[in-house]
Amino acid sequence: MNGFLQALANPAVPFVRNALIGSVLAAFLFGVLGSLVTVRRIAGLAGAISHTVLGGIGLALFLASRGAPKWVSPMLGALVFAIFAAFLISLVSLKAKQREDTVINALWAVGMSLGVVFLAKTPGYADPMSYLFGNILLVTKQDLYLLAALDVVVLLLVVRYYRHIEAASFDEEFAATKGVPVTTVYLVLLLVIAVAIVLLQTFVGIVMVIAMLTLPAGTAGYFSRNLAGMMVNATLLSLVFSVSGLVASWHFDLPAGAVIVLLSGAVFIAFSAGKVFAGRRLAKS
Amino acid sequence: MSDIIQSGRRARAESGARLPHPAENVAIWCQDMAFRYREAEVFDSVSFHVHRGEFVALTGKNGAGKSTLLKLIVGLLEPTRGQVLVFGAPPRGRIESIGYVPQHTGFDAAFPIRVEEVVGMGRLSGLSPVAKHQKQQDVEWALRQAEVCDLRERPFSALSGGQRRRVLVARALVGHPELLVLDEPTANMDAESEKKFYDVLARLKGNTTVLIATHDSDFVSALAETVLCVGQDTDHPHSVHRHAIEQALNVPDDIYGGKVVRVRHDIELPDNACCEGKE
Repeated sequence: MNGFLQALANPAVPFVRNALIGSVLAAFLFGVLGSLVTVRRIAGLAGAISHTVLGGIGLALFLASRGAPKWVSPMLGALVFAIFAAFLISLVSLKAKQREDTVINALWAVGMSLGVVFLAKTPGYADPMSYLFGNILLVTKQDLYLLAALDVVVLLLVVRYYRHIEAASFDEEFAATKGVPVTTVYLVLLLVIAVAIVLLQTFVGIVMVIAMLTLPAGTAGYFSRNLAGMMVNATLLSLVFSVSGLVASWHFDLPAGAVIVLLSGAVFIAFSAGKVFAGRRLAKS
Repeated sequence: MSDIIQSGRRARAESGARLPHPAENVAIWCQDMAFRYREAEVFDSVSFHVHRGEFVALTGKNGAGKSTLLKLIVGLLEPTRGQVLVFGAPPRGRIESIGYVPQHTGFDAAFPIRVEEVVGMGRLSGLSPVAKHQKQQDVEWALRQAEVCDLRERPFSALSGGQRRRVLVARALVGHPELLVLDEPTANMDAESEKKFYDVLARLKGNTTVLIATHDSDFVSALAETVLCVGQDTDHPHSVHRHAIEQALNVPDDIYGGKVVRVRHDIELPDNACCEGKE
């Protein structure tokens, strides 16, 4: 812990401080968007979007290596693929509800394979592992600004439209009879999730994005009384997991992303097991 | 759901039908209405009307189209032909006059929400913000009406089936609707819960127009003044007919949640059978 605090205060290693600020900004997105992903049961959808992103990154890197202009960046490739995936899935889920899971899994697999193929054909370029697990210590100042901007947008939307989002998530049909534009709410939610995934995966990696969108919110769901409480609790949990994972990874010299995921997963499994046992005891008595 | 957004516009363009009474006295006006899902025809030339303050039971077998008809009335679906008007306007323009209690069988038990918050949902209208003070008063009133005041702080998922249905009625009532539409609210309910449920409806009768779909097509609650049957006529399976009711003898009070009347599916009434003495 002392070593981490010293590194935090040391101006020669700004990346430690950036990683900490990044964790705080990301925790808010993980908590709020994760709660919505969890209650709406669209974790598979978020997983597909995040894995499709690898295809976009691979394509951008491949094109760049073949002399494409400078603006063809991995971030842009990721964004284009994420929004395309979100659009395709929403189209299928709105028009033909029964085949949604097939499309989700197809996108998941095809997007990822595209990424692997493009990366293999990009001369001198890294292995896909670095994109799957990321490196939280590589977060840049620009990443932090973008993340902060998205935090503000999400906060404004959720505060202003909380009741509408809650109603559309709980009972879409009833919300529609009250004039809530449920399709728009769904599309905006998917779009925000797609953008968040792109920003977050640049430094925490694809696997960790999907883990952090589900594990803290899933854990918070076990003891929260309403959606707002779930959002707050999930944000706090994400914060605790990210910071303690960061400290532990520093201390034991382990990859930060994987440690944070393992920590969140362990707590989620402990809560789930506790719930099962509590349920059994209740049923017996 | 995207078709809902367009429905208002198109239906408004078609309105201007001649109503038999002043628009504000006709709760539901369905004229030469047809509806089909992509692969199946559900309704063809359906015409009927419901007066303000009437208590109407809607019967029909599973799959006959009861839920579809209710969705057309609350504006979740749009007729392929003809029109459905609620108090003289398309349902999308009457959001605040309609209270809807959906079947809601696919409810997510893990959703963290308290009874009070479920009821508050009924106060929404489009994307406009809800005034807190007014909402609190309405929620109080609706909880009392549906006899669920003592459950307000409880998680919705912790309630029994009967309690949940009454909470959903409170949610539909919170906006003081003039028309209450209920989709098989007492399905799978025990007799005691059913009785409690009909007691709530009995108190609303007269002030609020009630349209209730029921799973039993031979007997309906004695609260009903009118019975509409969906798809009962084998020659015209895609139609809605008004059938006569008569006093039911030798039926115990405790199996249908209160007094019931027998539906005479063999006696069809003309659509204007309800109009006598009404403006």
